[in-house]
Amino acid sequence: MPTRSISWVSKTLAVTRKDIVSEFRTRYAINAIVMFALVTLTVISFSIGLLSPSKEILSALFWVILFFASMSGLAQAFIKEEETGTAMILRLSCEGSIVFFGKMLFNFLLLLTLSILVVPLFIVFLKVVPTDWVLFIGAVLMGLIGLSGATTIIAAIVSKASVQGALFTVLSFPVLLPLLVAVIEITTVSFTGGTFADASAPLQLLVAYDVIMITLSSMLFDFVWRL
Amino acid sequence: MFELELKNVSKYFGARKVFENINLDLKSGQSLAVAGPNGSGKTTLLRIIIGLTIPTGGEVLFSKEKQKLDFDGYRPFLSLVGPYLSLYGSLTARENLKFISKVNGLVPSEEDIEKILAQVGLEGRGNDYFSDFSSGMQQRLKYAAALIKNPSILILDEPTSNLDDEGKKRVFDIINSYRPDSIIIIATNEKEEYSLADSIYKLGE
Repeated sequence: MPTRSISWVSKTLAVTRKDIVSEFRTRYAINAIVMFALVTLTVISFSIGLLSPSKEILSALFWVILFFASMSGLAQAFIKEEETGTAMILRLSCEGSIVFFGKMLFNFLLLLTLSILVVPLFIVFLKVVPTDWVLFIGAVLMGLIGLSGATTIIAAIVSKASVQGALFTVLSFPVLLPLLVAVIEITTVSFTGGTFADASAPLQLLVAYDVIMITLSSMLFDFVWRL
Repeated sequence: MFELELKNVSKYFGARKVFENINLDLKSGQSLAVAGPNGSGKTTLLRIIIGLTIPTGGEVLFSKEKQKLDFDGYRPFLSLVGPYLSLYGSLTARENLKFISKVNGLVPSEEDIEKILAQVGLEGRGNDYFSDFSSGMQQRLKYAAALIKNPSILILDEPTSNLDDEGKKRVFDIINSYRPDSIIIIATNEKEEYSLADSIYKLGE
């Protein structure tokens, strides 16, 4: 019989790895979010690209693209588990925290892949280059962590409802609003060449948001997931 | 030694009573068949026992060596096979078993995987995708996934659904091999499956 010797981290990574392998074979979520991002980016670049929009508007548009692209695919991590009947085997196999962090890591990697594709295209199409790359990359990474943490628990909530897609976006928006406000401000600073001090207030908000959101979500996840 | 006790367990969906005041006491080595017509609450009772549905009244108590266990405590010892539970269609049989082992905290060797596949009659099919299996073969793999934990509490809902005669015989052999040491609860309407249990609890009467 198999021996019992796997740590919490290994179990969590097993959930992430399973989702990556499944996603690699079905390409369900990645196709949805990448296609959505590319179409939105193209529409934006054709509609306002010639108008020389301000850096503030461009940074808002950058996050609008990431937000709506993530809305089109991130909920799938849980919806597929519920629809195919595999959620129960997860519930009977491990603690909720393992499922939460495993799925959150998968969602983060999915968003990271999306960002790696979208950032260069955004720079080329909309002709905006961050003057402070460290701040920009920091904002993107911290934003993606918060986005994946919040959307993971919301996806678990909506996976048991009907009209999941619409509900996911509607529920996510108010929860993600503080995050979006902070990352848009930081991205604006990184585009306009402001100092690090100019971004300190939204940075503090962003760090606090990520910590609070992930801690609360992991604590509440068992109640959402088990019943 | 495990003990499962149901004390005055009741379930209502709104005003509709499903069942009321169920009292059961099972110890390792005892098996129970839960019978009853469709809609009598067999699956609901199983879901309450495995901790995935809250009863309207009463409580379910698990203990190991007289030590009370909560859901996280007894989960490692519990396996379920049922028509509403599925494995991952985009993973192979071997990948499914490895994944389920890992999230249960187990490290199976290739030999363990082959042995369990052979036990359910899927030898040589480890690299086939779960979605490519027939419903009977999927049911067999669900048994493999349940047994890889070497469960002390085995919950079976319609244990032989989708299985051919050979598959049924294997499942009977598997259940009989677990009967001396495990608690087994079977929800069924098949009279031939009553022989797998020491006692029968009839719902909806």
